[in-house]
Order: sequence, then C-alpha cells, then structure tokens
Amino acid sequence: MNLTQTFASVVASSQIDANNIEPTVNNPAVATGAFSYMWLLLALPLLGAALLLIGGKRTDKWGPYFAIAMSCGAFVVGAIMYLKMLGLPANDRPVNLHIWDWVIVGRFQAPLGMQLDQLSIVFVLLITFVGSLIHIYSLGYMKHDPEKRKFFAYLNLFVAAMLLLVTADSYLLLYVGWEGVGLASYLLIGFWMYKPTAATAAKKAFVVNRVGDVGLSIAIMLMFVTFGSVTFPGVLNNAAEGNPTTMTWIGLMLLLAACGKSAQFPLQSWLLDAMEGPTPVSALIHAATMVTAGVYLIVRSGPIFDATPTARTVVMIVGAITLMFGAIIGCAKDDIKKALAGSTMSQIGYMILAAGLGPVGYVFAIFHLVTHGFFKANMFLGAGSVMHGMNDQLDMRRFGALRKVMVITFITFSCGWLAIMGVPPFAGFYSKDKIIEAAFGVNWIVGAVALLGAGITAFYMTRLWTMTFTGKSRWTEDNKHPHESSSVMWIPMAILAFLSVVAGFMLAGAIETWLAPVTGFEETELAVSSLVMEAASLALVIIGATIAYLQYRRDVPLVAPQHVSPLTVAARHDLYGDAFNEEVFMRPGQWLTRSLVFFDNRGIDGLVNGIAAALGGLSGRMRRIQTGFARSYALSMLGGAVLVIAALILVRT
Amino acid sequence: MSTTHYLVLSAILFSLGVLGVLVRRNALIVFMCVEMMLNASNLAFVAFAQQNGNLYGQTIAFFVMVVAAAEVVVGLAIIVTIYRTRRSASVDEPSLLKY
Amino acid sequence: MSFPWLTTIGVIPLIGAFVIMLLPKASNELAKRLAVVFSVIPLILVIAMALQFDADSTAEFQFVESHSWIRSFGISYSVGVDGISLVLIALSVILVPLVILAAWNDADDAMGSVKGYFALLLILETFMVGVFAATDVFLFYVFFEAMLIPVYFLIGRYGGPGRQYAAVKFLLYSLVGGLLMLAALIGLYVVSAQELGTGTFDFTTLTNLNIDPGTQKLLFLGFFIAFAIKAPLVPFHTWLPDAAAASTPGTAVLLVGVLDKVGTFGMIKLCLPIFPAASAFYAPVIIVLCVVGILYGALLAIGQTDLKRLIAYTSISHFGFIGLGIFAMTTQGQSGSTFYMLNHGFSTGALFLIAGFLMTRRGSRLVADYGGVYRVAPVLAGLFLIAGLSSLSLPGLSSFVSEFLVLVGTFEKYTVAAVIATLGIVLAAIYILYLYQRTMTGPVKAGCEKMTDIKGREALAIIPMLVLLVALGVYPKPVLDVINPAVDRVMLQTGQRDPEPAVKPLAESGPAKQEAQRVVGTVEGGAR
Repeated sequence: MNLTQTFASVVASSQIDANNIEPTVNNPAVATGAFSYMWLLLALPLLGAALLLIGGKRTDKWGPYFAIAMSCGAFVVGAIMYLKMLGLPANDRPVNLHIWDWVIVGRFQAPLGMQLDQLSIVFVLLITFVGSLIHIYSLGYMKHDPEKRKFFAYLNLFVAAMLLLVTADSYLLLYVGWEGVGLASYLLIGFWMYKPTAATAAKKAFVVNRVGDVGLSIAIMLMFVTFGSVTFPGVLNNAAEGNPTTMTWIGLMLLLAACGKSAQFPLQSWLLDAMEGPTPVSALIHAATMVTAGVYLIVRSGPIFDATPTARTVVMIVGAITLMFGAIIGCAKDDIKKALAGSTMSQIGYMILAAGLGPVGYVFAIFHLVTHGFFKANMFLGAGSVMHGMNDQLDMRRFGALRKVMVITFITFSCGWLAIMGVPPFAGFYSKDKIIEAAFGVNWIVGAVALLGAGITAFYMTRLWTMTFTGKSRWTEDNKHPHESSSVMWIPMAILAFLSVVAGFMLAGAIETWLAPVTGFEETELAVSSLVMEAASLALVIIGATIAYLQYRRDVPLVAPQHVSPLTVAARHDLYGDAFNEEVFMRPGQWLTRSLVFFDNRGIDGLVNGIAAALGGLSGRMRRIQTGFARSYALSMLGGAVLVIAALILVRT
Repeated sequence: MSTTHYLVLSAILFSLGVLGVLVRRNALIVFMCVEMMLNASNLAFVAFAQQNGNLYGQTIAFFVMVVAAAEVVVGLAIIVTIYRTRRSASVDEPSLLKY
Repeated sequence: MSFPWLTTIGVIPLIGAFVIMLLPKASNELAKRLAVVFSVIPLILVIAMALQFDADSTAEFQFVESHSWIRSFGISYSVGVDGISLVLIALSVILVPLVILAAWNDADDAMGSVKGYFALLLILETFMVGVFAATDVFLFYVFFEAMLIPVYFLIGRYGGPGRQYAAVKFLLYSLVGGLLMLAALIGLYVVSAQELGTGTFDFTTLTNLNIDPGTQKLLFLGFFIAFAIKAPLVPFHTWLPDAAAASTPGTAVLLVGVLDKVGTFGMIKLCLPIFPAASAFYAPVIIVLCVVGILYGALLAIGQTDLKRLIAYTSISHFGFIGLGIFAMTTQGQSGSTFYMLNHGFSTGALFLIAGFLMTRRGSRLVADYGGVYRVAPVLAGLFLIAGLSSLSLPGLSSFVSEFLVLVGTFEKYTVAAVIATLGIVLAAIYILYLYQRTMTGPVKAGCEKMTDIKGREALAIIPMLVLLVALGVYPKPVLDVINPAVDRVMLQTGQRDPEPAVKPLAESGPAKQEAQRVVGTVEGGAR
C-alpha cells in the first residue's frame, strides 16, 4: 500500500491555498541524484520485453515471473522518484534527464530525454501500479495459454511504451511512446490471432489510431514551424506568443490525436472491437491507461489550449458528445466487455470534457483519470473473473445469480460499480462531481449533459451489475458450475476494489495542490452551492439505478428482444459508427483502390505497352519495304544518289 | 580533244552501267555493268588529272582498279557458290534470304 | 598518394566475379562461399573508411582519387565521398553480403548458371560503389548505364515467370532515361566549355558554373527525367513492379534497395547543386508529383494480390517521400531523405527477402495462398512484422526518424503538400497490416501447414537489417552527423535556407540553442 500511504502524506502536507494557481514556467531542472536513474523506468520493462521475445521458448518457464518483476521494479523506481519529489518545494519538482541527442538536424532539435514532474509522476505511479497488478492477475488468467510468455512480453512492452509516453520531454519522443502503446495494443488485441475477428480488430485499432497520429504529426510540425522547437519547454513556454489561428490548428490537431488514442468521437469505433483481446489487456490498456493518453496529451498541452478558446471549446464538445455516445452504447450491449467498453468511452468523455474546460478542469480530468483507472480496471478484472468462471461466456443474458458462487468477485465488482456511479464516499463521487460542477461553471448545457450522463451511467452500470450478479441463473448447459477465481486473480481485484473505495476521499483536495504548479488551477465559481449540485447528481444516479434494477432484476430473455425502440437498435449497432465508416471511407476506398489498380495496369502501363506495340507494328510495316530484290535496292540507291546530286546542284546555284 | 569529251563519254558509260545493273537479271552481266561504272569513273579521274596537270586522279584510278579487282574476286566466288546451290545466276533468287 | 580506398572497395567484388567465373562448372558451393568472402571484404573496408571519415571536414569530398582518363574531353577517373555518398556506399556494401546469404539457393533451378548469378551480383556491387563514389559526371554516367547490364541478366536469366518482359521493360525504360541524361550531359559539357574555355565534367567545377536559367531548365529536365525513371516517381514507375515481381528476391532487394537510390542520389547530388535555379523553378511541380506518388503507390499497394508487386508499390510510395524531402529544399527535408534512402534499403530489403522465404516455402506469389503462417512459423512472422512496421515508419524505428524529418522539412515550405503526404502514414498502416493480416493471422490455410520456420542462414541475412533499423531509430546520431554537413553544403550550393520559426524562442534551453547557432554558423561560414 505504498501508493495510498504516500498520497495520504500529501493530504497532510497540503496546507497552502489551492485556489487559482498559475502554472509555473515549464523549466525543469537537470536531474541529479536519484533522479538520474529515472531511465530505469523505461529500461526495466523494455529489458523484460526484449529478453522474453528474443529469448524465445527458453524463457517460457521463468519469463512471466521475470516480466512481473520488471513491472514491479518500475513501480518501485517510480515510487522512489515520487518520494524524492515529495521532499522538494513545488517549483523544484520538475526534473529533466537528457539521455542522448536523438534527432538533431539543423534547427530541428529533439533530444532523447525524460521529464518527470508532478503530472507525469501521477501517471507513472498509476501505470506501474495498475500494470503490476494486472501482470499478476494475468498469471492466473493466462495460466493455460500456450503463448503466455509472449503475452507477458507484450505487457512489458506496453508498460515501457506508456512510461515513455508520459515521461518524454518532447512531443516527438511522446510520439514514440504514443505509437509504441498503439503497437502493444495492436499485438495484444490480436493476441489470439488465429481468430480472424481478433486480427481484424487489431488492425482496425491500429489504423484508426493512425488517423489520430496524423493529427499528432501535423501538430508537431506546426509547433516546429511556429516555435522552432518540439520540446515541452520550447513549445509550452512560448505558446502565449503564437498566432491565435495557428494555435487553434495545433489544438485541433492535438485533439484529433487524442480522439484516436482515447476513442473519442469521431474515432471511437475501434474501442468496442478491441474487446477481442484478452481481458487483462482490456483492463490495463483499454480502460485504465492507454486510452487515457489523450487526456494526458491535452492536459500536458494546457498552455496551447489556454491560447485558443476555440480549440478548447471543441475539446469540450467532443468530450460531451462522446460522454453521451458511450453511455448510450453501454445501455444496449449484452456483451459484458462491450458494455464496459462503452462505459470507458463515456468516462473518458468526462475527462476530455474536463480538460476542455481549461484550468478549472485540468486537475479534475487527471483526478477522474486516476480514480477511473482504479475502478474500471477493477471491474474489467471482475468481468474477466466472471468469464473465467463461466467458460469464456460473454453474454450477460447467460449470467445471473453469480453473487452467490463468486462472492469475492461480486464484492470487488460492487465497489467498482458504486464508485463509477459516484455514490459517496466512493472514488467516482469525488472526481466526477467535480467535473460536473466545473462544467456548469463554464457552460450550463455542457454541465447538463454531464449531469444527465451521470444518470445514464447509473442506469447501464446497474443493468450490467443486476444482469450478472442478481436474479435467477440463466447459465447454459456447458457451464453449470461457475466458480470463484484463484487468489492470484482476486488479490489484485481486491486491491483495486479497496482503492475504488478510498482513492477519491484520499486524493480530493490534495491532487489540486499537487498538480496545480504544472497544470494551473482555478476554483469554479457556481451560482448554487456545490451541495445542491451533489444532491442533484445523486438523485439522478438513484433514479437511473432504480430503473435499471427494477427492469433487469427478474425477467431477462435469453435472446435480446428484437422489437425495441430505434435508439436501442442504434445503440446495439454502436450508433452506426462502423456503418458510417464503412459507407464513407471503406467502400469508396475499396472502389478507389480497385479503379486505381485498373488505371495503373490499363492506363499508365497500357500507354507504355501501347507505345511499344505501336513501334513494333510500325517496324513490321517498314520491314515490308525490304523486298530482298537486289535490283530494287539498286534503284533506290540510284534515286538517292540523284536526289543528293540534285540537292547539291540546287544549293550551289 | 577537250576534257568535256572525255567526261561525256564517261557519263555515257556510267549510265549504260547503271541501266545494266537495274534491268539485267544475270548476275554476271550485272557484275560487268558494275565494272563498267567503275571504269567510267576511272576515265573521269584520268581526264581531270590531265586537265589539272598532276597525278592525283591517276593515282586514284589505280586504287579503283585494285579495289575492283578485289571485288571481282570476292563477287565471282559468291556468284559461283550461288550458282552451285541454286543452279541459276539470277540476282532475284537471293530475295529468299529477306527478313 | 594515400591509400586508394574507394577504388579498392570497388575493384574487389569485380575480382571476385572473375574468380568465380573461372571456377569449374560443378563448384557451386565454392562459388557461393567465395561470393560471401568477396562481398564481406568491401564491407570491412567501408567500415574502416567510415571510421576515418571526418564529418566536419571543410573539403567537399574525402578519400579523393583522380586520374586523367580522356584528356581531350576533360574526362577523368575521379572518385571521392561526402556524407551522402558514404551512407549510400555503406548501404550497398551491407546489402550485398546479406543478399548473397539470403539468395543462397535462388539460382539453383534457374536457366543461368549458379556461379554466373553470384558473379553478376558482385559485378553489380562494383558498379553501385562506382556510381555513388564518382565525382566526375561522365564517370557517373558510365556507371549509371553500366549497372543496367548485370541487372538485365539477373532479371532476364534468373527471374521467375514474365522475366523476359520485365527485363526488357526495365532496360528500355532505363535506356530512355539514360539517353536523355547523355544529351543533357553533352549539353552541360558544351556550356562549361563556353563559360570556362575548356569543357569539364568535374562535379565541383560544374556546381560553380553560372548557367543561364533557360539552358538550366532544359539540362535539368534531361537529368531529372533520367533520375525520375530510375527512382521511380509516378508516372514513370510501371517498370518497377514488373521488374521486382519477376526477379529473384535478392535481385529485387538490390534493385529497389540500392539501384533506385541512384535516382534520388542523382537528384540531390547532381540536379540540385548544378542547376539551382531550375530546381527551384520545377520544385513545386515535382512536389506535386511526389505527393501524388505517395498516395498513389500506397493505394495501389493496398489493391495488389501479388506479394512482391505489393512491396514494390510500397516502395513507389516511399520514393515519393524521398523526392518530397529533396525538393522541399530544407535541411530537415534533405537530411531526412538521405536517411530515408538508407532506412528504406533495409526495411524494403527485409520485406523482399522475407517474401522470398515465404515463396520458397509455399511456392506461390499470391497473397491469397497464405494464411495463418504465424502458427507454423512464428519467428518468420515476427520478423516480417518488424520489417513491416519499419515500412510503415513506426516511431522508434529509424524509418520514422527519416519520414518525420521529410514531413517536417516539407511542412516548412509546402504546408499543404506535407499535410496531404501525412495521410500516407494511414495508408501505410493499412497496406502493411492488411498484408500481415491476410498472410500471417487467421486459421492456417491449406498448403501452409508444412511451412518451416526461418533457418540459421536466412536469419543471419535478415536480422542485421532489423537490428540496424532499431538501433538507428533509437540512436540515429552517427548517421545524421555524417549526413548533415553534406546536406548543409547542398543547401548552400542551391542557395536555399530554412524558413525562420514564426515565434522567436524565449526560454529555449541553453545547450540546444548554441547547437542551433553552430549549425547555422557553419552554413553561413562555409565557403562556396
């Protein structure tokens, strides 16, 4: 419980007033002492991945344990860094470690360096802590998989890439981590590659993410052209000087990147398919860490968004749309993982929305990100435990009454369920309600959407919880004997469940003080007291939960009913996100590709071959002039000679 | 006799040679016509040498004779070979070799 | 006279080729081993030479050798290297031994003799080294055309189905380009004779000429079209898929990996410095061609059904990037392009060789005949994925560094072009991952069950390329340090400079700023 203790000590030390803190100039000190070992954060998991992948079958036996050791090692390093940072005054906390020169061409200077500050250390702790727990959980979950070693290697690769993402000191290096986690996600979604659906889902995730990466690429190029630099200090400290239009474009491009990675509208479609991957992967990558990278990117780039209200508004709107989008999808899905994925999308919508509010929201975006990391990972692991006990059944209509046979899973999952609904004093209450309040402070429509979202969240989570754990059993013939998972699986769940309960309470207030020097912080001014807000959201939560409980408590048909409202049908089809992509991008793309292949073969190559054929035909004709009669050649020679002489005579006169 | 007379004679001989080459079919006759053209040019060379008062034209005439002799040797050999294989000395026969 | 490094490096493979040709007919195994020996020696020599190379030297070329050859036309045998040519020579000598290892059994069933195959590969190596090392434009032309001969036979005698068509097509395309180049070369000689009194083909002298813009444009076109065919840029590209598909994988690697680089090398080392005004004049048109090529090549790659044609089309897309960086005329663009040439050699080389391994195992070129290969040959699949990822420029691999530099460099001057070109990275992801999905994942297809995993010799050929891709992706400094001064010189000769950033940096950290000033200083201070 290292993490909880250290966070608790922040609470004690947070005596200064947290209201309205301006971010300090981003000028990290050179890393010395213990900080100069921060490269271990990247090196340890990377070593694990490399050793397990290169070592091949030889490492089958001890490989998974080694991977766990590397992940835990990274957590220990991160914790030491955190403790060290805790002992420093707020403005001395950011440190930079220059590892070596990376891409240095003319004015373009991107070092390979790490920057550790209050913001990145939060991520480092979250990633390594949740990551290590999920490593341990996987030991049980993947016990019988023949390619367990590869799985752990990929997990380590993911941890390394994610740590690189949050500790990079330039946007270009962040890009490496950004695509690195994309690669790890690709490998893990497609871990069971023999299933064509898994392979397709993996490819889709990578390609959709690449669309977002176009945004990141363009943003970095714009930064370089505008500021002549791609490092965080070089860009962020000068962001206020930039031309507003340019800054808006940079902001929008960063948002595009964030949409890809965090499955925000309109690039949300890959996340639901990504549930093809093993469940620990869904918990770690597609719930707790990787999908929140977009939030990190926007919060990290705060000064850019501060310089462009337009882009910030767009961020807020995208967050609000996705929040509803994910929540509606979550209401209609029968697949437990997909329902959770919809929920993840929706919760990240909250975070993006908060990040779009500016300094009043940055801190709460990160706050919600951390608590969400705990409770959503917890629920995904719970879902994995259910699947494990139910012979890999995913359909919630086949569950029911698991409360009695899977007691521990039921309890841990219930903690997560209460936390995500925002029932006080569970974690979500502190983080989500703050976002709703801040949203009302900026714009009441967005606030209302966030508030309504809380009600829908309560509905779909209660639906999921009710269908899985309560009511009558609807188990199929082949898995009549669901059982509780082994301790290696439930202990990580229990730890996360505990954090789902206490993290909000522990961090509330402290996290503002901690992050403010990096992100800036402003207190929200509300017309009504926050108590009214809390009461309103709690009332909505109770209404949503009650409706869901009453509806799904008893009769759940084994097959989803067909005669339902158009909205439900749409939600079952992911609100036609895939259909849209298929009609607008895929089909025309396929048509374009086919017609270009035709054009290349018949058009360009046809022209070339046509010229060749024309020349060949012409020579064939000309060949016929050569009759083979010596005397006709002689005649033509005579004709030629006469012409030459005639010409000479003509020219002479 | 002036140079002009020689040149006219040379031109007549050359034209006769050209005509022979074009209309006769027998390879031997064609060959003799070629010789006639060469000699017509020799006559012209010698006539010009006479007019200019130097020996350049005469020298060239000798060269032409030597070349003509060499040509006759090779040419006759070819004609004989063709005659042996095809039992004819017609110049139209080798058109089978075209293309 | 110092040690003639470049001549030695060039001649050793040629000697090797003669030795192999003199071997008795049955000694195939010996021929293969000798080929490895004779291709490894130049590699060692190049490493030794590179270690002595002084990146910050003020001289344009190093390891210079010059002997008069045809005195009356001012033609000499002059060789030397700068950063750009050093990188490409290194690429050639690294690829040849790896190709020989990978192509160990390629020629066993061919219509030509086995020893002939390896001798031709070595002869090709000689010409490749020569073309990159030549500092006399005429000598460059001679090597440029001479390269066609071994390649023609490599495709025409050792290739697969359709090899005759492909070989003739390749030859004709190249000859058309070569002819235009010859005409422009003679024109250049005449211009130099008019300006200097005596004509010359010496590269450095030619860059200092003041050719009038109209003539420049004509001469530029002659050279450029030759290089555009060689590179190949759209719409001069259709020979490449045929040639690559019909040749053996080894030949395809050298063809696409090195030979085509002569085109882009010529653009940056000849077109730009000798015809600066014409280059600037045509740059917008060429940029458009390159952007079209990037998207067009990528879309066609997605639509291919033949493994090797697919890889060939990806290369057309990549060559679009290289051309884009060169004609963007910024430091970042040109350094990126030069680095791209190196990385593309390795990534496409690895892809072609692995495709070759797949084809020897399955006996088919069609993508549709593969499926689920990762279950039967996991290591092969893994290596294929790494090679593919480098082809789609995954950050962390060296191709990312180069591709990003090209895009940034282009963005500085041609924003719209760069943005459109950036869409190419999405298409790259599609063509590589779609290929990987179709061949490697899913259930094992009928006919693929018996495929074996990669063997020692094959792994030895692939792994060095992948290691280089990763190592240079993480630490590209050694190569960039060699390339940068050469590119700065090209920029100077072209009279171009990088645009200034819109916002003057306020709080840029100290060392980085000094570094920037140092680089700018050398550009300004370097004597023309």
